[in-house]
Amino acid sequence: MSSNPMEFWFEEMHTNNVKMAIRVNKHLYSDTSEFQRIDVFESPEFGKFLTSNGNVIFSEQEEFTYDEMIVHVPMAVHPDVKRVLVIGGGDGGVARELSHYKEIEVIDIAEPDKMFVDVCRKYFPDNAIGLEDVRVRLYYEDGLRFLRKCKDKYDLIINDATDPTGHEAGLFTKEFYGNCFKALHDDGIMVYQHGSPFFDEDEENCRAMHRKAVKSFPVMKVYQAHIPTCPSGYWLFGFASKKYHPLRDFDPKKWEERGIKTWYYTTHLHSGAFMLPKYVEDMLKEEENAN
Amino acid sequence: MDLERQKQAPLYKAIESFRRQRVVPFDVPGHKRGRGNKELVDFLGIKCVEIDVNSMKALDNLCHPVSVIKEAEELAADAFGAKHAFMMVGGTTSAVQSMVLTACKRGEKIIMPRNVHKSAINALILCGAIPVYIDPKVDTKLGIPLGMEIADVKKAIAENPDAKAIMINNPSYYGICSDLKTIVDLAHQNNMLALVDEAHGTHLYFGEGLPMNAMTAGADMAAISMHKSGGSLTQSSILLVGEGIDEGYVSNIVNLTQTTSASYLLLGSLDISRRNLALKGKESFGKVCDMAAYAREEINEIDGFYAFGSELINGSSVYDFDITKLVINTRGIGLTGIEVYDLLREEYDIQMEFGDLSNVLAYVSIGDRIQEIERLAGALNDIARLYSKPTGDFFCAEYVTPIVKATPQEAFYAPKEKLPIESTIGRICGESVMCYPPGIPILAPGEIITSDILDYIKTAKEKGCSMQGPASEDITELLVLK
Repeated sequence: MSSNPMEFWFEEMHTNNVKMAIRVNKHLYSDTSEFQRIDVFESPEFGKFLTSNGNVIFSEQEEFTYDEMIVHVPMAVHPDVKRVLVIGGGDGGVARELSHYKEIEVIDIAEPDKMFVDVCRKYFPDNAIGLEDVRVRLYYEDGLRFLRKCKDKYDLIINDATDPTGHEAGLFTKEFYGNCFKALHDDGIMVYQHGSPFFDEDEENCRAMHRKAVKSFPVMKVYQAHIPTCPSGYWLFGFASKKYHPLRDFDPKKWEERGIKTWYYTTHLHSGAFMLPKYVEDMLKEEENAN
Repeated sequence: MDLERQKQAPLYKAIESFRRQRVVPFDVPGHKRGRGNKELVDFLGIKCVEIDVNSMKALDNLCHPVSVIKEAEELAADAFGAKHAFMMVGGTTSAVQSMVLTACKRGEKIIMPRNVHKSAINALILCGAIPVYIDPKVDTKLGIPLGMEIADVKKAIAENPDAKAIMINNPSYYGICSDLKTIVDLAHQNNMLALVDEAHGTHLYFGEGLPMNAMTAGADMAAISMHKSGGSLTQSSILLVGEGIDEGYVSNIVNLTQTTSASYLLLGSLDISRRNLALKGKESFGKVCDMAAYAREEINEIDGFYAFGSELINGSSVYDFDITKLVINTRGIGLTGIEVYDLLREEYDIQMEFGDLSNVLAYVSIGDRIQEIERLAGALNDIARLYSKPTGDFFCAEYVTPIVKATPQEAFYAPKEKLPIESTIGRICGESVMCYPPGIPILAPGEIITSDILDYIKTAKEKGCSMQGPASEDITELLVLK
């Protein structure tokens, strides 16, 4: 007999022809905000996980991957980050990783959905602890709106939004990249979730993002990570920068000296993450040449 | 409006009940609920094609409604405060034409603003009536036509006491309203009909704090684009009839040109939308007004853009302003509205309603969300940062009083010849010459070409206005009546 008394599964369509299923112990929460339907489940394999409109946003067992990758990669490149803006990121995971860095003076978070923050505070305290850092200022505001008023203000912008088709669609557009460019200092960096390149449906979004970012920033590189619950388990990040190159300006020694404890990121992995499969390289090149 | 009654949607209900009946079709359309055209079903979906049916007893007939369409039209009339409402399936063009054809016959006069919609001029070609134009004032700074002033309306009436009707745009594409009530009263005092082109004004009947609508002003007929702000399917429309008009005669006029196979997709969408407007319109348009106001505020924060609003109201040529119309003047960043329109489409994946030489128009409606407003404001902000140019001189053409020598119908059918433009003085023009900005015709078919007009065209061209209409693109030649 199975350890589970009943067959209770969360399913997510990754394409029309591919489906992921996670066995669920309990459905802990469900409500609909002005922006999205939010659900929280408890599962044997991934621990608690949160979904938005039926898509997994993060799980306890794997959130360290993208929170570390989206924070430590730019932080190990930029020599002196004082002001950071996080777009989305209301769960607090990104802020938690940022809080390891003493030189940071301000962590602004623009998250439109208060319900999302409240749910994370209640069910994911290990992430939400990041929001408690004294340097964090949380704004319940649309990311694009927040950015419009910012000029030459940040060293680093982290776009934590994941879904280019949902309520965060505005954060995957040319106007978003342009407004980020304007909000950054002359040596600023923006990193963002670049989606998964594998399935045809996701590939087009991935291409469009790269096309827009390449036009907006002089340095634009893509790096990768393995994230089990995302479509095909393979995920990309974008590194868009006005000055610093993610490998040439990378300072592993300085980062090692900080002694930050990680589960995914290492300085070896930093370099490796920018070495992409041929099909991804080709896809990105095609979009660069299309300009 | 009887709110309890407005909860019904008799035509929609009849279509839904027909869907469940599984009737065997030995009538048109030949696709027979889609079975004969699989690609069409894949394209539109079974729910759509299975109600694409012909008039039948259970679903009434738009040409002579006796049951569910009649009830739906009565509900629409009640919702809009009209004596009668006609559901239309040929767009608001057919509603505007039906108004003109109802009001005047060959050789009779109709007073209208010079920037009247093409559909009204085309109606004059059909019926042979004579247009008497009124100067819509122009805002030369913004490059847009405004509304009719009362003094000009009085003058036109005094000079043409035999005119049969006055046509009024309410509001214009740009949100500008004339003093509708006074114009309607003037028309009635002089035994003329008041016809209102309300293609951009469905919401005026349901929202709060918006300009006066035609039926409230006592107009005789009004053409309502339900598919614009009303939420119904493209091409569906409503023609409203007031107290002084015999709807039987209007029905004859409508049936002269309207299809005998009206689409139930369009009719059903009209019935559902009318119910939504009646029950939820106040709330929906309250949101639209809030969104437009927010967008205006945010866009006006960006240097170089000017989203104009109620501050234009001046008591005459801008008697009132429809705040749901989000028009953004782009001259301050040194770009034309057309350039901004193209940039938004090509670089930012944002489709605007319209771009002219100095403005872009964003259509804000019940389908919008604040996220999309943020995108528009974000994109405009980025355009100002990346594409701004030094602002050059801006010239906006002013009004030219036309001299009508032949009716649009005579001009349309007359034999014509092409002549070099300088040798056309004294001839009757055979085509339209529109000048942008402000988008008002300089010449229309049937009007005499004077040396003043040729000088004017030359100057406007030199100053950078765009001339449209003539077959010869650079206007070196003009088509004239033989």
